[in-house]
Amino acid sequence: MRAHERQIPIWFFIGVVLAIYGVLILLSGVYEVLRPPPEEHRVALWHLHAPIWWGAFLLAVGLFYAIRFRPREGETLTGHGSSRSR
Amino acid sequence: MIPIPLLAVAGGSPSSLLRLTFVDLVIIVLYFAVVLGIGFYLKRFTSTGEDFFLAGRKMTAWIAGLSFISANLSSLETMGWSAMAYQYGMLGAHAYFIGAIPAILFLAMVMMPFYYICKTHSVPGYLKLRYGEPARALAGITFSFLTIMVSGARMFAMAKILNLLLGWDMDVSIWVSSMTVAIYVALGGLLSAVFNEVLQYFLIWAGSLLIPILGLIHAGGWRGMMERIQQHAPIIHPTVESADFTSLWRNLGSFESNPMGIDWFGMVFGLGLAVSFGYWCTDFLQVQRVIVAKDLRSAQNGTIIGAFLKMLVPIIVTIPGLLGLAVLLNPDGSPMVLVPESDPRAGITHRTYNDVLPLLMGQYLGPGLLGLGVTAMIAGFMSGMAGNLSAFATVWTYDVYKPLIRRHADDAHYLAMGRWSSIGGILLSIGTAYLLFYFSNILEYLQVLVFFFIVPLFAVILLGMLWKRATPAAGFWGFFAAILASIGMWAYVHTFPEGWRPQPKATLSEGAVVRVEQDVAGRWQRVVVEQGQVDLVNVPVASGPVEGAPAELPARIHDRQGERPLQLLAPQVVLAETRQTSKFGIEGVPVVLQPGVTVRAQTVEQKFAPAAFNPEHARVIARSEKAKPMAINMYSAWWSFVVGIGVTVVVSLFTRPKPESELRNLVMGLTTLPDEGPCPWYEKPALWATVVAVILVAVNIIFW
Repeated sequence: MRAHERQIPIWFFIGVVLAIYGVLILLSGVYEVLRPPPEEHRVALWHLHAPIWWGAFLLAVGLFYAIRFRPREGETLTGHGSSRSR
Repeated sequence: MIPIPLLAVAGGSPSSLLRLTFVDLVIIVLYFAVVLGIGFYLKRFTSTGEDFFLAGRKMTAWIAGLSFISANLSSLETMGWSAMAYQYGMLGAHAYFIGAIPAILFLAMVMMPFYYICKTHSVPGYLKLRYGEPARALAGITFSFLTIMVSGARMFAMAKILNLLLGWDMDVSIWVSSMTVAIYVALGGLLSAVFNEVLQYFLIWAGSLLIPILGLIHAGGWRGMMERIQQHAPIIHPTVESADFTSLWRNLGSFESNPMGIDWFGMVFGLGLAVSFGYWCTDFLQVQRVIVAKDLRSAQNGTIIGAFLKMLVPIIVTIPGLLGLAVLLNPDGSPMVLVPESDPRAGITHRTYNDVLPLLMGQYLGPGLLGLGVTAMIAGFMSGMAGNLSAFATVWTYDVYKPLIRRHADDAHYLAMGRWSSIGGILLSIGTAYLLFYFSNILEYLQVLVFFFIVPLFAVILLGMLWKRATPAAGFWGFFAAILASIGMWAYVHTFPEGWRPQPKATLSEGAVVRVEQDVAGRWQRVVVEQGQVDLVNVPVASGPVEGAPAELPARIHDRQGERPLQLLAPQVVLAETRQTSKFGIEGVPVVLQPGVTVRAQTVEQKFAPAAFNPEHARVIARSEKAKPMAINMYSAWWSFVVGIGVTVVVSLFTRPKPESELRNLVMGLTTLPDEGPCPWYEKPALWATVVAVILVAVNIIFW
């Protein structure tokens, strides 16, 4: 592996993907609340609005990883950078 | 017996269960883009064979542990073990407890030092160092075969679920997913496979965890789910109606008291020792993920992290299977009955065991979440496929191609071979995908392959590591004899010297006109076929048009196999009263054929039937005629292990061992562990292995 190149840790990819998914799911949950689907098209336990709280949870986790492991000088692919270890 | 319509559905295609919205498709497409992007990004970091095959040996404990468990957490896990829990109840969770944790801890604490210190690039590579070239060649070839077969199983699973969920063509699903995996593995090798597996691990949990959460809320909590299971199980699984589906150990006192037809001995020694240790300690797909850690301590801690993560998997696998017994209902409120893949009604009138997880997804996940759930399953499939592919590329290149085909070439040549064998491996495995129809579910297919090759391998490697007297000849012959024993036992339980006849079945042709007669309670009394054609299998009626008086097919038919109910399949018929199209599957109901109906009758009898088990032969292997396929596989694995150990020991006593100087760093007593310096208490592998072991015991007591 190239040791001296600025590298993007895998944890950063994970954070970005989870954050994007969180936003998409959260927004689709909000949309469903604003414009509820017909009764016969609703999933079981629709009234719990799972997309809203699950989307928010994924967004929070994703942001944590994306910020914590943003590409920086001395960072490695494994997130085992010079300034910290994992 | 009161005939129960097992599933009566009007309209709709069984091939499409869900409709994705735009946001779902965005989530799925984004996933494919990211995994390919990671592959292209990592290509620049794989310029040598060590980078491609061993990811540069730079992995941290967390990445190694997550990859270790993610490669295992494939479609075969999520779908297959959910199906197992639906079929066998709580016993399905043993695969995550006694069927995994002791073996993973053993790998971490006992075997890992040997794998790591000898710097082998593969498990067959260890065999070469310990026993010599013949054992390595046998292991390399059989492992290559095994990984291709298992990879085919994963492809089949993925194509099937995409077909079931979305109506996607199975061929397209197989090619799109497998080529994606082939591209990112060919580009970045093990590095790309490992990093994508870590990403996939997060996505699998993100997309799967909501099912048990919402399902348990729906069922009224754990207690509510168990109560529903006890009510529904006798209807869903009538052949084992007295079995206990809700215990881990309490129901293993006899073969009759549990739905698997196994006892505690088979569970402990078959699953807990032979299958489990074989799979976790010697399956190179697993071992490869942790021997690439940056040092021995990281390799051990990564493995132990994997053990802990493994114990969490029942939350997203076993609980959904149990929920399938509790909350999947027909529109009339009766429990939905799913059937094995081998059941003739599968895919026509009935969903199968493997569909339990997709059915729950359809029940609980709306727009956005459904896309994430589907992405989780695709991620699982692809992580498993990538695991097989990277392991295959390594073993093929280093343990088959290099020693047997081209011994002396430069590193660039073997790197190119690794990339091309990734593509070739995926093409070969596509051809194996449809073999799965012979087995009652996907996991049993894998189990069959596991005890063919992995269990024999574990027997000789275990002796090789622990007993310096084990000789090169013994390593080869012990391995070979155990493989033959495995294959022999498999053939034996599927052999029927007096012939096996499938269950009597009547299939109505498309457009046949039928009339269903019911009593006041709505129970089906008789099905009258007024027009059309009927295909009969093993029903004693002559072919040709019915003439004169109507012909009556009895509800139960007695033949050499005993008395069995007549199965009636009506994939697409017209109801005489309403002229509406309908479909149904039912058994144990008399069928009347009116004059003019055409009969095509045939008798099917097989001496060897991969879809059936001979109960008398099963008793020889698994000690009970009631043993289900899983129980037979576990016992077969145990006997295979015994044969492997026995032959290796006996041959060792009559042949010449290697000198001790050649066994250093390969055998216990002749290996000195490297001093990796002091470390804080929280990095000590022994501490965390003890913690995981204590949790394992506690969980087994809680769910006893």
